[in-house]
Amino acid sequence: MGAGRRWAVDFSDNSTAPSSRDIPDPPGFTRASVDQDDSAVSRQKKDAEANWKAQKAWEVAQAPFKNLLMMGFMMWMAGSTVHLFSIGITFSALWQPISALQGVGKGKLSYDFYFSNAVDSSKFHFDFAVFEPYKDNKVDLLGPKLLFIALNLGGLALGVWKLNTLGLLPTHASDWVSSLSPAQEVEYSGGGIPL
Amino acid sequence: MAIMSFIFVFFFFSSLQPILSLYEDQVGLMDWHQQYIGKVKQAVFHTHKTGRKRVVASTEQNIIATLDLRRGEIFWRHVLGPNDVVDGIDIALGKYVITLSSGGSILRAWNLPDGQMLWESSLHGPKHSKSLLLTTNLIIEKDNVLIVFSNGRLNAVSCIDGEVLWKKDFEEESLEVQQVIQPPGSGFIYVVGFAASSQFEMYKINAKNGELLKHESTAFSGRFSGEVSLVSSETVVALDSTGSILLTISFHNGKISSQQTPVSNLLEDSPGLAVIIHSSVTGIFAIKTDAATIFIRVIGEGKLEVVEKTNHETVVSDALSISEGQQAFALVQHAGSNIHLTVKPAHDWDSNLLKESIKMDQQRGFVHKVFINNYIRTDRSHGFRALIVMEDHSLLLLQQGAIVWSREDGLASIIDVTTSELPVEKAGVSVAKVELNLFEWLKGHVLKLKGTLMLATPEDIAAIQYMRLKSSEKSKMTRDHNGFRKLLIALTRAGKLFALHTGDGRIVWSHLLQSLHKSESCRQPIGLNLYQWQVPHHHALDENPSVLVVGRCGPSSDALGVLSLVDSYTGKEFSSLSLVHSVAQVIPLPYTDSTEQRLHLLIDADKHAHLYPKIPEAIDIFQSEFSNVYWYSVDDDNGIIKGYALKTKCSGNVADEFCFDSRELWSIVLPSESEKIITTATRKLNEAVHTQAKLIADKDVMYKYISSNLLFMATVAPKASGEIGSVTPEESWLVVYLIDTVTGRVLHRMTHHCSQGPVQAVLSENWVVYHYFNLRAHRYEMSVIEIYDQSRAHNKDVWKLLVGNHNLTSPVSSYSRAEVITKSQSYFFTHSLKAIAVTLTVKGITSKQLLIGTIGDQVLALDKRFLDPRRSVNPTQAEREEGIIPLTDSLPIIPQSYITHSLRVEGLQSIITVAAKLESTTLVFAHGLDLFFTHYAPSRTYDSLTEDFSYALLLITIVALVAAIFVTWILSQRKELQDRWR
Repeated sequence: MGAGRRWAVDFSDNSTAPSSRDIPDPPGFTRASVDQDDSAVSRQKKDAEANWKAQKAWEVAQAPFKNLLMMGFMMWMAGSTVHLFSIGITFSALWQPISALQGVGKGKLSYDFYFSNAVDSSKFHFDFAVFEPYKDNKVDLLGPKLLFIALNLGGLALGVWKLNTLGLLPTHASDWVSSLSPAQEVEYSGGGIPL
Repeated sequence: MAIMSFIFVFFFFSSLQPILSLYEDQVGLMDWHQQYIGKVKQAVFHTHKTGRKRVVASTEQNIIATLDLRRGEIFWRHVLGPNDVVDGIDIALGKYVITLSSGGSILRAWNLPDGQMLWESSLHGPKHSKSLLLTTNLIIEKDNVLIVFSNGRLNAVSCIDGEVLWKKDFEEESLEVQQVIQPPGSGFIYVVGFAASSQFEMYKINAKNGELLKHESTAFSGRFSGEVSLVSSETVVALDSTGSILLTISFHNGKISSQQTPVSNLLEDSPGLAVIIHSSVTGIFAIKTDAATIFIRVIGEGKLEVVEKTNHETVVSDALSISEGQQAFALVQHAGSNIHLTVKPAHDWDSNLLKESIKMDQQRGFVHKVFINNYIRTDRSHGFRALIVMEDHSLLLLQQGAIVWSREDGLASIIDVTTSELPVEKAGVSVAKVELNLFEWLKGHVLKLKGTLMLATPEDIAAIQYMRLKSSEKSKMTRDHNGFRKLLIALTRAGKLFALHTGDGRIVWSHLLQSLHKSESCRQPIGLNLYQWQVPHHHALDENPSVLVVGRCGPSSDALGVLSLVDSYTGKEFSSLSLVHSVAQVIPLPYTDSTEQRLHLLIDADKHAHLYPKIPEAIDIFQSEFSNVYWYSVDDDNGIIKGYALKTKCSGNVADEFCFDSRELWSIVLPSESEKIITTATRKLNEAVHTQAKLIADKDVMYKYISSNLLFMATVAPKASGEIGSVTPEESWLVVYLIDTVTGRVLHRMTHHCSQGPVQAVLSENWVVYHYFNLRAHRYEMSVIEIYDQSRAHNKDVWKLLVGNHNLTSPVSSYSRAEVITKSQSYFFTHSLKAIAVTLTVKGITSKQLLIGTIGDQVLALDKRFLDPRRSVNPTQAEREEGIIPLTDSLPIIPQSYITHSLRVEGLQSIITVAAKLESTTLVFAHGLDLFFTHYAPSRTYDSLTEDFSYALLLITIVALVAAIFVTWILSQRKELQDRWR
């Protein structure tokens, strides 16, 4: 090792404090000018943006509902016999909500993170990949998030219900005794018509 | 549209019935068929210069067959009914086989070359008598005449059309006709016999018209016994009833003159009771005493002279006329492992026409019969061939001091069959010889591939077929992975044990059991049954499995028993016991000792139970289960079933710790005026049941009543126990019972009015299927009874089942009085049955099919789903999904489901099913006169690839796919690189 020298340029550094950097800013560039904006215009802009974000977040949250209806129709079409089509539909119906809810795991983690840091102890923070673009301090995303979760859980429930109607869930006694070997007998008897 | 297609798909699946047939080129791949004729009773040679040389034989199994004299193959064969006993056969005019059968009342002529029946005439007469068939050279009105004496009437029958030309009755009550003689070249017939056992009667009849020419009789002070021997055309020899005085009676020119000679005059030592051996040699007859066979010559007027006394087993053939006025006969004697065949001219005892010594397999036993035939050698001298019937019922042709061919006709009368595993394949042993080399393997697969791709020429196809049929894989002498290769061990009526390889049906070994051999202590030994004595699993490499042969010294039930243990791999009888008690029942117990010998309980006629093997370990094992062992006995004559438990050690004076007394626990006595037991059926001991639950529509569950102690019994009205049609429907009924044999509890009883036997039944898992005749509907019916355990029905709570809080797996006792419900249904069935069995698989998962031995001697498979008591006319959607077939009044016979395909198992007696190691497959062995074996998969071979699966094609496809993936990967890489540079 050590044959080739390695070098790297870090472009990602966006720290505002010039003191943190060794190299001074180029002449004519002032960092402060970005922050010093017209406060009235910017507030208006931010409000509009927040509204738009909230609206979008609700839209995203409601998206699974269409999916749900679609799935319901497909399931009805697939019938209640087990074959390739119905199995495929059922499993896609199960998979979609699960994959959508996979963000929940991440959200929990970030919730824990927030909780432990006690930055915002009064609020739950669910950190969804879908809602990432709409994250804003001024937008309350809890409502859309809960709706999103509820709808996806509904989708999951629908999938499970379908699985049950297909008879693939062990909910009956028959599912548990179907391969139960016969009980052992205590007595043994033999004989017949004499030879 | 989609819904329509779903409905269509649904109906398509629900109406799908498995059609289990095979293609023409699959015949002989897994099945084999062997034809036999049974023990030959009489044989007639047909060796004219033109045409093929053949021998016509009649057998004790009522078969008439012609065999090729060169190779012993069957040309044609007719199986007469069980009551149609063949009395005599002969060849007339060189082209007709004449048979007299059924107590002399049916005379038939068959065309010799092809076996077609030409005519049949029934001959009735005033009374029952001996039946004699005589072919003559007489010609009446251009017809060649057969003389038949049967049922007290002498008939002259035309050879051409079977028309009776004349008849003459011998109605005298006490007359027993012994011989009908037609002196060659004369126009009259002698009928000789005894009247009232002490009077010799002679009738001289005109052969042209049956007119009585002369009747003479003479009284004798003693009584006659048994046979007479014809020593010339006008002299007979008879013995008196004490067996000590020989009578020479001649009736030359109608004058009877007789001479008495005490046997003791001829022999120095007292010979004891003598009997005349039936033969027809001029001038010589033979008598047989306990110790010896004595040949006596008749010289002049009733003078007798002993020519030879042999101490060995000696067999004499009938006389054969070799040239004008010259007769010859054959003698066969045993000497060690050789037999001596001697052919002598009748007029000169001291000279031999032929003397040969032939080495004979000891396992064939003694010679029982010999038939000879002559041919002219190139040097114009006489050559002889002899057909001999051995003690094991095999048939051999001897010619020029060698065995030309042999037939194992003992296999036509199998009593019992069991199976045995083959040896485990040991590393580096015998495999290399059988395995093909790589080139041949590849060649075979290329051929197969050509066949699959339809590129094969007809020669290739023939080569493929040959390869498939002669696959060395199936006839190896080692155990295979699928459990298809086994030994079928068969006990025949002759007391011989055969081991047949399931792959190709060849005889691996055969052994004439010494314990079932006639001896001083055991005069009439008969084999009864076979049991698996030892089936090693833990020591499969170094211990051989063995079978237990149970026999008895005599036909009565209190005759002493004999046991014999035979090694399944070698056929060696390593242990044989003459028991001191009789054998009424043999009960294999579900316990084995440390060497995996199965414990057996033998019940004798005095209801003592004897435990075998007699080793202390067996006693220890048995003691621990002592109180749980019961036995029962069905007395079908008196209509009583009794159940017993075992008590203490035998109370007899001999201290025998392996003997136990029985204590009667229960009995079921059927009213003898209304019920007679005709059939019982029990479950097979080795049947595996996969589950105790039966899943029914709507996810519901029913619990099967599965008990190995279940007995099915069918009784009929005593009047109706005869043949079908002998009673009116009102007088006839059939009652079926399901009985628990531990407690004697009748679990179910059902009456079928207007029905009668014979009943064939099979019991498996929790159901029984039986077949009987419905007199009112004039049709055969099959019924099914399924029995369910209602006391377990409450086990339906999922949570309880989930945590294991249920009593479904706890041991059950018959004394817990399970509450049972039964379901039953009946259907019409077209065929009458000879046998019924059910498929048996190793774990019992595969659905069951019934194997039905039809009256046409074929085996038909019938899905158990057709015999489901839950069938209804309009099954609900859920029931249809479950596979319930809509109810029809009769069971379908699907022509493709004959598992014997185009073959017939003549005289079918029973069907034996054995589980292979592959769960989907049952091995089926059907035996009667013929043997048939096949593999059968009731739900197709779902767990293995078919035999004609092309591995080469698979391999090539995989290789091609991998190559394609590789090429496209490289191409895509290149394209991507080009895109990047752009």
